[in-house]
Amino acid sequence: MSQFANKIDGVSATPAVLSLEGVTKIYRMGEVDVHALRGISLDIAAGEFVVLLGPSGSGKSTLLNIVGGLDTPTSGRVQYRDRELTNASEAELTGYRRQNVGFVFQFYNLIPSLTARENVALVTDIVTSPMKPEDALALVNLTPRQDHFPSQLSGGEQQRVAIARAIAKRPDVLLCDEPTGALDINTGVVVLEAIARVNEELGTTTVVITHNAAVADMADRVISLADGHIVQERRNERRLPASDLRW
Amino acid sequence: MRAIHRKLIRDLLHVRSQAIAIALVLSAGIAMYVAYYSTFDSLQRTRAAYYADYRFGDVFLNAKRAPLSLTSRLLQIDGVAQADARVVVDVTVDLPGVTEPMTGRLISMEFPRRRPLNDVFLRSGRDPEPGRADEVLVSEGFAEKRGLGPGDRIGAIINGTRRDLRIVGVALSPEYVYSIRPGDLLPDAKRLGIFWMERRALGAAFNMEGGFNDVSLRLSPGADEPAAMAEADALLEPYGSLGAIPRRLQTSAWFLENELTQLQTAGIIVPAIFLGVAAFLLNVSLNRIVAVQREQIAALKAVGYTNGELARHYMGWSLAISLTGAFVGLALGKWLGVGMVGLYNDFFKFPSLVHHVSPVYMVRALLIGAGAGVVGAVTAVRHVVSLAPAEAMRPPAPERYRQTLIERFGFRKRAPPAVRMVLRNTASQPIRTSLAIVGVSLAVAILVVGLFFIDAIQELLRAQFEVMQRQDVTLTFNEPASASAAHELRAIDGVLMMETTRVVPVDIRHGHRSRRTAITGLSPDPQLNRVLDQDLEPVPLAADGLVMSATLGGVLDIKAGDVVELRVLEGARPVRQVRVQRLVHDYMGMSAYMTQDSLWKLMREAGSVSGAYLRIDSSKEDAIYERLKRTPVVAGVLLKRAAVQSFQETIAQNMNTMIVFNVMFAALIAGGVVYNASRIILSERSRDLASLRVLGFTRREVSAILLGELAVIVLCALPIGLAVGQGLGALVVWATDSELYRFPLIVTPRTRLFAVTVVTISAIISGLVVRRRVDRLDLVGVLKVRE
Repeated sequence: MSQFANKIDGVSATPAVLSLEGVTKIYRMGEVDVHALRGISLDIAAGEFVVLLGPSGSGKSTLLNIVGGLDTPTSGRVQYRDRELTNASEAELTGYRRQNVGFVFQFYNLIPSLTARENVALVTDIVTSPMKPEDALALVNLTPRQDHFPSQLSGGEQQRVAIARAIAKRPDVLLCDEPTGALDINTGVVVLEAIARVNEELGTTTVVITHNAAVADMADRVISLADGHIVQERRNERRLPASDLRW
Repeated sequence: MRAIHRKLIRDLLHVRSQAIAIALVLSAGIAMYVAYYSTFDSLQRTRAAYYADYRFGDVFLNAKRAPLSLTSRLLQIDGVAQADARVVVDVTVDLPGVTEPMTGRLISMEFPRRRPLNDVFLRSGRDPEPGRADEVLVSEGFAEKRGLGPGDRIGAIINGTRRDLRIVGVALSPEYVYSIRPGDLLPDAKRLGIFWMERRALGAAFNMEGGFNDVSLRLSPGADEPAAMAEADALLEPYGSLGAIPRRLQTSAWFLENELTQLQTAGIIVPAIFLGVAAFLLNVSLNRIVAVQREQIAALKAVGYTNGELARHYMGWSLAISLTGAFVGLALGKWLGVGMVGLYNDFFKFPSLVHHVSPVYMVRALLIGAGAGVVGAVTAVRHVVSLAPAEAMRPPAPERYRQTLIERFGFRKRAPPAVRMVLRNTASQPIRTSLAIVGVSLAVAILVVGLFFIDAIQELLRAQFEVMQRQDVTLTFNEPASASAAHELRAIDGVLMMETTRVVPVDIRHGHRSRRTAITGLSPDPQLNRVLDQDLEPVPLAADGLVMSATLGGVLDIKAGDVVELRVLEGARPVRQVRVQRLVHDYMGMSAYMTQDSLWKLMREAGSVSGAYLRIDSSKEDAIYERLKRTPVVAGVLLKRAAVQSFQETIAQNMNTMIVFNVMFAALIAGGVVYNASRIILSERSRDLASLRVLGFTRREVSAILLGELAVIVLCALPIGLAVGQGLGALVVWATDSELYRFPLIVTPRTRLFAVTVVTISAIISGLVVRRRVDRLDLVGVLKVRE
């Protein structure tokens, strides 16, 4: 915890893990151009817990995809530590995701034909010095369910498998896209607790996007997006534990 | 095992019925490849060993009568390593209880054998003892068909008197792997016996002491064959030689070679069709799987799987299916090959023809199977690689539907929503729909190809032996006789009609190409043996004009109007220039025709004939045969009925066996394709259908929508498949085209009906199987999953 406290204190002093400068993104959907991001600049520090808040269509997911190396900006710059991601090749982006990023998606995106443990192994198979899948599942309290297939798990359990899968590689950055979007409040809290625990115990830089304002209270910093712009940015004096959240 | 490999295995198990269907289609292709090629390889190896071990001659010549002293001069020809002079004569064979005429070919041989050319392999019994003029070896084919063996006796009419011969052994020779009389179109082991007997006895009987009428040459390695042949020709010409024949044109060798070529072509074309269909099915299924797993692929990419890893993963799907199919096909092909070799053993006589699959063909079969898998997977894998993960996370844009053409013509108001759904579903995804149509039409096409061969064989027999050759009996004479001798035949009781013929052996030359064949001279307006064109209309023979098989024209690079050189190989051996009047597309052999008059003019002879065609009263058959046997001028009697029957018994029967396999495989493909198509439609529509069920549609109504779509696809596919089948048939006809026979492209309504019925039935069965799945649709589950 002391380590965690140090990090909070040194937020501004710590060099940014992720830094964005004037990022825009335009993509075509059917027959229209969608301006998803309109010049976003942002630094995220090591170990920081950031919540991106905004209604649907505000550009949160696009921002997360760009930060996670799933997509590239139409203009502007994206940097991960000393690495330039702006014009990175497909192979470079894959390497970045593979070694440095853990993803948690709204709809879990588990492989239905693999058990919980195997879904985690999917990632531990391909990275250097990962956790054991069992350990990752233990972190999200899923040890008793590790040999179940996704279809045999509840939504919350599936999302915790997804978190275990994301953290098993010991990523530098954990990106969560509406992790509670498909869950009820009780289950959502369990999932958020798991995410907070990873952030605290492993010191993983964590970005959570959500349209649920209540989630914002557990973050170090809250960034609100609307229509592709950052409209508000605030720092929480105190992070609430997930169990205290209500919505 | 890595988790991604587990995913592969579990996913494959999940779609096992589809995977099995595709693997089976592919295994059919591989089985055909292995069966054809291993049979080809076994035949070729056996042939090579047989020819070498039993010293099959390189060059063959015959003469009327040449002095034995000529042998030493033949040996002086540059490149000639061995020259074996023989006496070879055809006689009429007489067996108790058999009235129909049979030909016996007596071949002289020195006993004990001292490494002669065209040596015999003794299957049973022993060689004739020196000095025993009545002891003979008999060919295995004839012995089998007539139930003869060592100790049995047969009669031979030699120079008008019946002589008793005692069989002491059953033998085979590389010269008669395929027993067919020169000029015959079909083999007939039942009516052609080869007999080997002591030279002295045979020489004495035919006034050939100190002489010979047949010689085989063995050339030393690297010898100049054409030069040696020309020299040998020159030496033998004064003794009535018909010209030297190289091994490749020796009757038996030529038939065997033709068969091998056909096996080889069929071994490419037939498997290619099956493998093409398998690759197509893999392509469609894998693309569908990739579409279904779009979000899984995105997630895998998001967590850091590289394009290479994912490409290998989806290629793995295809390879797992195709290699399974290839291994099954390998085993199946081995089994089929054993069967095919068994069939070949019926009409090719080798000391031992054993089926053998060389490792080369096994490896190739697996590579070809894998190749089909790779080809089938390419577009799907490309799709996986190009899939942008961020985009794949978003649900796909809704499909764009429109009113279909039919609806715009006022159909809309009357059509219930279900029918409209069916129409719009099929029309909204033109590529998916057309792929399904292509798949089903391929099933129809393959059935047509498998079946049309039955029609083709029957049409070939009908055209050749009913429309073209209307005689019952074809007679060949010992030597050209006067027309009056022939007219005695007309007087035999029971002969209804007779036409004479003059057949002249010639060497036809055009440019630097030449071919030895015979010109058949026909009466001005022949009623029995006729020259017909493709549409089976008689072709009138112009005076001085030469009409020939288009196949012969092709070999000699001749077109109508060209002038060719005819070198007659008989009598005064005139050399003449003749204009080719017309090429005819006939079905069998390589024939050339002129009118008898122009042939006589060309030969400068007055009305001699060398054979006759008879139409007879079948109730008087036996008496006629008896009479013909005792007619000295008649050397050979060919019975059409017997020839056709023998063809039906051997070749047609073998082909029918192959056809049954083809049809079985085709039905398999039909089932596989239709089942595959219905599964894909179900997988694409399950969400819509479940929604309808939730809204209150009954199972029956929902199934009707799915089956309706299937029905639209099948209905569109049927006519296309028939047309494609016709096209593939043309390809097969082209591939099997040989100097022996050309199959007509005849697709009867019966074949079409059968193909359509099989596909429709398999469509109905697959539809019902899929319908059961509709009944079990997980309504809640389907709706919960985000598309």
